[in-house]
This record gives sequence, C-alpha cells and structure tokens, in this order.
Amino acid sequence: MRMRMNQAITRAIADEMELDSRVVVFGEDVAVAEGPFKTSEGLLATFGPDRVRDTPISETGFLGAAVGAAMTGLRPVTEIMFIEFLGVAFDQVVTEAALMHYLSAGRFNVPMVVRASAGSGLGFGCQHSQSLERWMLGTPGLKLAVASGARTAYGLTRAAIRDNNPVVLLEPRALYGEREDVEPGEASIIELGTAEILRDGTDVTVVALGQTVQVALAAEASASWSGEVIDLRSLMPWDKEAIVASAKRTGRLVIVEENQFTGGWGTEIASYVSSTAFGDLKAPVVRVTAPDVPVPFGQELEKRFLPSPEYVVQQVDALLATNSAPAPWWKEFA
Amino acid sequence: MSVTNATEENVVVRRRLELAASPLARLQRMIEIRFVEDRIQDLFAQGLIPGTTHTSQGQEAVAVALGAATRPTDIVCCTYRGHGVALALGIKPESVLGEVLGRQIGCMGGLGGSMHLSDPAIGLLPTFAIVGAGVPVAVGAALQFAILKSDGVAVSVFGDGSTNIGGFHEGLNLAAVWNLPTVFICENNLYGEYSPIATTTAVTDIALRATSYGMAADTVDGQDVDAVYESIRQAVDRARGGGGPTLIEAKTYRYVGHSRSDKAPYRPEGELDAWMKRDPIDLYAAKLAASGELDGRTLDEIRSEQSSFIDEAAAAAVSSPSGSVAQMFAHVLAPSGN
Repeated sequence: MRMRMNQAITRAIADEMELDSRVVVFGEDVAVAEGPFKTSEGLLATFGPDRVRDTPISETGFLGAAVGAAMTGLRPVTEIMFIEFLGVAFDQVVTEAALMHYLSAGRFNVPMVVRASAGSGLGFGCQHSQSLERWMLGTPGLKLAVASGARTAYGLTRAAIRDNNPVVLLEPRALYGEREDVEPGEASIIELGTAEILRDGTDVTVVALGQTVQVALAAEASASWSGEVIDLRSLMPWDKEAIVASAKRTGRLVIVEENQFTGGWGTEIASYVSSTAFGDLKAPVVRVTAPDVPVPFGQELEKRFLPSPEYVVQQVDALLATNSAPAPWWKEFA
Repeated sequence: MSVTNATEENVVVRRRLELAASPLARLQRMIEIRFVEDRIQDLFAQGLIPGTTHTSQGQEAVAVALGAATRPTDIVCCTYRGHGVALALGIKPESVLGEVLGRQIGCMGGLGGSMHLSDPAIGLLPTFAIVGAGVPVAVGAALQFAILKSDGVAVSVFGDGSTNIGGFHEGLNLAAVWNLPTVFICENNLYGEYSPIATTTAVTDIALRATSYGMAADTVDGQDVDAVYESIRQAVDRARGGGGPTLIEAKTYRYVGHSRSDKAPYRPEGELDAWMKRDPIDLYAAKLAASGELDGRTLDEIRSEQSSFIDEAAAAAVSSPSGSVAQMFAHVLAPSGN
C-alpha cells in the first residue's frame, strides 16, 4: 500500500508493539502530539500512556532511561527529534549503551532503538540539517542504519526494534512526507547490515545512503552510462560482500554521500574496496559529497550543498572519460 | 568467566542476603571492604594493576547499608568508586580483586577493570566510569519495574561530584515526573575529584536539591551504618509502595585521594584525623560489642578472620590467568533477534 515514510515508521513501531509488550516508545512530544514529524500517530491511543510517553526536553535523561530500561527487560524505542540533539546526550549512546554488553562480558543486552531525523533539504539552518552518521562510525557495540524512503524505513525500524543491540536509525527529514509502496508484514523486515541492489548496471557501481539513494537513481536514469545503484541501508555493520562484489563486476565505484567530504561515511567504503578489490578496479574510487561547510540556510544554497543528480552524472561522466577522479564543484572555493 | 554457574550465583546472592539478616555480617562486610581496598592499593604498589583505581576507605557504611536495605532483585547503578558497593551487594572478593587485576577470575573476566564491576544475579549494572551517567540509567530500570508491574526498586549511588552534571538533574526530574520507584543516594565525601565541594557546588547540602524536583529527601550520618540503613529502608519502602523517588544525602568521607595518583594534599590539616575518629567500622564494632552482638568475639579476632579471608581471595586473584583473547571478541555485539 502507498504510504508516507512517517506513516511507515509509525506502522512498523505499532506492528512490533502489537507483537511484543516489552516495546515502549518515548521521546519529546511523541505521545499526545504524536511526534513532531508525525512518526507516532495513534500509538498513544492504541497502546496507552504506560508504553507511549512524552519526556521532558532532556535527552541525557531519557536516553539514559532507555539504557536502563533496555538492560532490565524493556525494548525502548526513543526519538531524538533532530539528530543534532544527540550531541547533548552522546555519552548515553556511544559510551553507555554501546559498551554495556561488553562491560558485562555478555550478560546484559541493550535492545534499544534511537530514531532520529537527519539531513538537509527543509530549510532548517545548519543546526537542524546535518546528517551526522559519522559521529557514530567505528563505535563497537552499536548498529547504525539509514532509511531511504517509506519501504526501507518500515523494514529497518522493525529490524532495529527486534535487535538485541542498541541501534541508531536515521530518517532523512526531507523524506517523511514522500510516498512509496510498503507491504507491512514480516516479509518486509530488512536484515541490518544488508545492502540492496536497486538497479543492475555494468559501467559503474553507485553506492548511496539515505536521501542520496533517490539522487543516485535519478542520475543513473538520465545518464549515458549503465550504473549498478545500491542502497547501502546499514553503516554498522555494512554489507562488504555486496559492495565489493558489485565493484568487481563493474570495475568502478562511485559513492554518493550527503555528508561533507572530510571524514564522511564513504571514506570507509572507499578505503575497504580500494584495498580488497584493487586489482579488479579500472579507475580510482570516487566520492561525490557535500563540501566541507556547514549546511547553508538559503534555499538555493542548501540545494547546492546536497549532491544533485546532474552533479553525479557530471562526476561519473568525467570519471569514465579520464579514468581519474574528477575535482569537486567547489574546488575554486576550498 | 567467573560468575556463570548456579552455584557461584548462589554464593553471591547468599552473601547479599546475609547483610539484611545479621548485624555481625554487616560489620564483617565493612571490614572486608576496607581490607580489599587496602589490598588493591598494595597490589598497585607492587605494579600488578594497570591504569587507575578509586577506593572507598571510610565510606563502607553506605555500601553495606545499601546491600542490607535492598533485595538482589532490585537494580543498582553505581560509580567507578564501586568496589565497596560491589562487595556489599554480594560479589566475592576474589571476583573484585581479579577484575581489578584484569584476570579471568574477575567478575567480568578481566574485560572491565576496576571501574566496571557487575553481576546480574544481584542487580548490579556495570558500574559507570562517566560521572553522572548511571543516574538516568537507574531511572530507566525503575521505568521497567513500573511498566512490568514489579515491586522492584532502582537505586543510583553516586558522589557529590555527580550532582553538578546534567545527567543528575535530568535523571531526578524524570524520576519525579514519572513517579518512578527510584532511590538516589549521594555519598557526599566533600570532594569532587581534587576539589572541595564548596568551590564547585552552589549548595553543599546536596539533599536541598531534592526540593527542585519535588521529591522526598533525607540527610543521614554516612558513618553510622544503622542510620544509613534506616534511611535507605524508608526510601525503598516509599518507592515500592508507589510513593516515588527519594534523594538521600549520606555525609561521609574518603580517607584516600580521588584515585591512586592523588595523595590528597588539598585536605586541611586535621580533617582526615577528625573523620577517622568516627570510623564507620569502629563505631559499629563498639555498638555491637555494647549490645552483645559480636558473638563473644573481639574486634581483633573478627579483623584477623577477614584478613585471612582476603589473603586467600587475593592469592586466588593473583594466580588467575589473564583475561582471554576469545572473550575480548565474544561480547562486542549481542546475538541478533529477540
């Protein structure tokens, strides 16, 4: 059925709450107001105030509470309204939740989900427009996935709630209102750590994540080359096997990232594939990213910040023509 | 791994339950904690312990009262100054010493170290090495008790230094707003790391802070194990009965510096001596002697018994092999699925 991404998230949470009474939801304005992005519509009415709770504006307080609740028998699903707000409570995610299984030599699990809206495109300015998945990269004990639309949001949300580890699930803010076909049910649950080939291709592998998935698909559709477009879906763990196999098939890898160039998530993919598939690559791995600046506010500038389909086409055209990595559009500024 | 089989688990739970049953056991446990802490300092001096450690000599009454006033099915979140609480809750001396040494016999098989002691059998979550982090985590454990309709209580025990960080305030507020079965115990030992409380904290009576969160509060002599026990018992009863959270301030003192490298030169002359005159072990021993509850033994005899017990525990810990490489890889992620 057609549904918006926020409806798919709500449905996924509701489906898990229906199956498992240990699943509880809390965060700022998620209960009575049903979520600032309407990702919990109807949950309070269906599951009641014990299991669906509004918290104070107090991320350390309620993420800490999620850690304690998860370690002792509940499966909390928390909402961080904007991923930036995780900054005030980061300790609870990367130093408490992620390490408690290890610190108990495996005797405590921390089955909690931290959902957060992320990314640019809505004109919220630079403190409410970042993607920030890089904050968590390389944190042992934590899983990290990013939805690219309603269908993956549904499947990843259910998988995250079922996982026995802390999972951070990022939801591109710009996509909450976008509709896709979703078939609610067990069969649509997406195993964390698996990528999905959305389009087969022969000239180049294009790996994307979150809202760059649509960018990559649009680029490929309008290009003269044949691209294998892959939605990475999970960053921790990420699907090494699928990406390396595709890069070996096509001989070229382009990574399309919403984050800034320096330290972006694609550096890990580029490094790994370059090391393990070097002999099979016909060209250097190319990362198509945002520039190393904060997200600008003005509409035209914000649009410029995120890689566009046209820009992806240009970069891949240049790669195919020269067999060397093209310079980014911002080379004259930075 | 050490505490994984039922027999071992029974020992830990039994040690916990002894405290509620017997005043003599409380005295013995305070002495045990003192000797383990002293032994840890000796082992450091011998170069056997890497990193750092934070000992709690002088604060034994709070730990033992906590163990006596709560149940193994309750949850406790404690800080990195947690050897005493771990022992009081029931973890065996060889498991604490072994963990501090990074050995397989340690309660975490050597993965955690001095700052991270835990045992699910007695509800001790891995002790928190980040100041204030355990406060909201205890609130979450209390939320679990409330939602799953159990009569459990979650306790957060921390120092005065924790009361200036956001997590403390956010945790107390949340526990009050949700009326959760939580007991917050502040061991006010007058110093946050190297700094005297008056230089860092706007109110030096921490219990006053409960007013901001509309919760019950109590201030208690932290050197008097019976007084601390009574205070915690009342708070625990209130929590179990649906009366919500309490903030307890136990006025106490650590005889040692913040960590092993701190010789505590910042203390005013005479302060340590004054506190040692109110040593929690001596006070309680005198009280039990007066009431005839030492079972005809002298304090020296009891100390000597505990000393041999700790000698054996230390020998077992020191002779245990180093934590295993397989363990190091075994517990990064839990198996998926629910």
